[in-house]
Amino acid sequence: MENIDYSSHLFSEAGPEKDVIISSRIRLARNIEDISFPNKAKDSERKEIVEMTKQVIADQEKYQFNLLDLYEISDIDREILLEKHLISRDHAKRRVGKALFLNNKQDISIMVNEEDHFRIQVLSPGMDLDKLWKKANEIDDLLEENLDFAFSEKWGYLTACPTNVGTGLRASIMCHLPALNLTNRIDKVMGAISQLGLAVRGMYGEGSNPAGNIYQISNQITLGHSEEDIIDNLKSVNQQIVEQERKARQIMLNNEIDNLKDAIKRSFGVLKYAYTISSKEALQLLSDVKLGIDLGIINDLSADLISELLILIRPAHLKISEGRDLTNKELNIKRAEMIQEKI
Amino acid sequence: MICDKCGEKEANVHLTKIVNGEKNEIYLCENCASQSNEFSFGTDHNFTFQNLLAGILSPAINNESSQNNLLNNKVVCNKCNSSYQEFSQKGLFGCAECYDIFENKLESLMKRIHGNTEHSGKVPQRRGGRLKLKRKINDLRDQMQEAIAMENFEKAAILRDQIHEIDSEMEGEVNGEH
Ligand SMILES: [Zn+2]
Ligand SMILES: [Zn+2]
Repeated sequence: MENIDYSSHLFSEAGPEKDVIISSRIRLARNIEDISFPNKAKDSERKEIVEMTKQVIADQEKYQFNLLDLYEISDIDREILLEKHLISRDHAKRRVGKALFLNNKQDISIMVNEEDHFRIQVLSPGMDLDKLWKKANEIDDLLEENLDFAFSEKWGYLTACPTNVGTGLRASIMCHLPALNLTNRIDKVMGAISQLGLAVRGMYGEGSNPAGNIYQISNQITLGHSEEDIIDNLKSVNQQIVEQERKARQIMLNNEIDNLKDAIKRSFGVLKYAYTISSKEALQLLSDVKLGIDLGIINDLSADLISELLILIRPAHLKISEGRDLTNKELNIKRAEMIQEKI
Repeated sequence: MICDKCGEKEANVHLTKIVNGEKNEIYLCENCASQSNEFSFGTDHNFTFQNLLAGILSPAINNESSQNNLLNNKVVCNKCNSSYQEFSQKGLFGCAECYDIFENKLESLMKRIHGNTEHSGKVPQRRGGRLKLKRKINDLRDQMQEAIAMENFEKAAILRDQIHEIDSEMEGEVNGEH
């Protein structure tokens, strides 16, 4: 059993389209042919899958993974993995035979016995879906060399949920769209996106006005199109969103420059000097400041730091940093401290 | 776990909703859950999931004759013991064999979720050889038809020979395996 590295390396790198796209991700769902899916598999079968995976990974040299037994680790560590988006909420529920294989850089992971036996995930800052697909494909091949995956000629890769069957591919992009939101264009853009077989949702909070203006866009259809087509579709829609967001930013700069500067600098001020701050308020203010950085209104701060803070201000990360459990009130104080330490 | 809506309180209501075939998991605190009328609520996961999937699954059931329906709902997967009813409640198949057992229901279900009923993506490297050859043959057949339409019979003959070659290769493989 390995320990979790609590720091976040991922966002210290620059990625393409970074003014709008925070990160991109590819996930592949796979199952072993002869073993029931995790919802029906016995404890012993799920444990066996973890052992088989361990063996496959030990037999190759290209990728180094640490094994985290999600039944054995502490509640707070499970929360940390969840806040880092390394495991799903479903996977964070304690159950025998759940595991996570994670590389040191924390950009490649394999969830074992989530809804499917395997969920291969690769992520990167900025917009980088082609590279991610190449990597996920390679790890899929690596597992398949020694494991017999459930596959049918008609339905493709068989998954527990029919919404994942076929390619088992979910490609997604996390984007920051403050100007589309401020100029009231977001609903129109989102409506258009959902017509194109893509799903949009707020990253933090539900509805069309999620905290921090952060949205996740992903493909819904996994059957009947090739992986490349699915990714190209998401990429082209994404290119349009990036252009729309940049256009909206330009309109704000042209028409509201003084108000915009004032609002952004005030938000920066609150982040710098608040004594206590809720996560919702922090997300909103961080969104303002990120916009300020991307527009050149705030110059002495890096946008990567803001992306990193999105994770560091979440409850489990604050508790780990403080070294003990915190009440809601204490969390809000600690959050303000954490932000001021970084900016 | 923290509430998705207010981002403040502990979430203790878990919702799964299907929108256009995309499964969304939502976690809310009791307070936000009671204030929201966007969804139907219940702390029982299966109960809510059943309601939400019902919209997708029930038309498929209604389309068939009731006798057929009764028969089908009694069929149980002999590997994992799932019935179609259990599948429609959980929204999850129990094992790979379920796809064979419930085959006659899947065509309309997949059409509704994906708008497609035929995989055209990646094929397993090691074991997908047969399907790769099949796809190659289909591709060559298309090219042959094109050649015939263009009255390029010389090219069509070459393509036909290639198809035969792959055909016999596939047959050899099947005989070799069994
Ligand atoms: Zn709440
Ligand atoms: Zn089954």
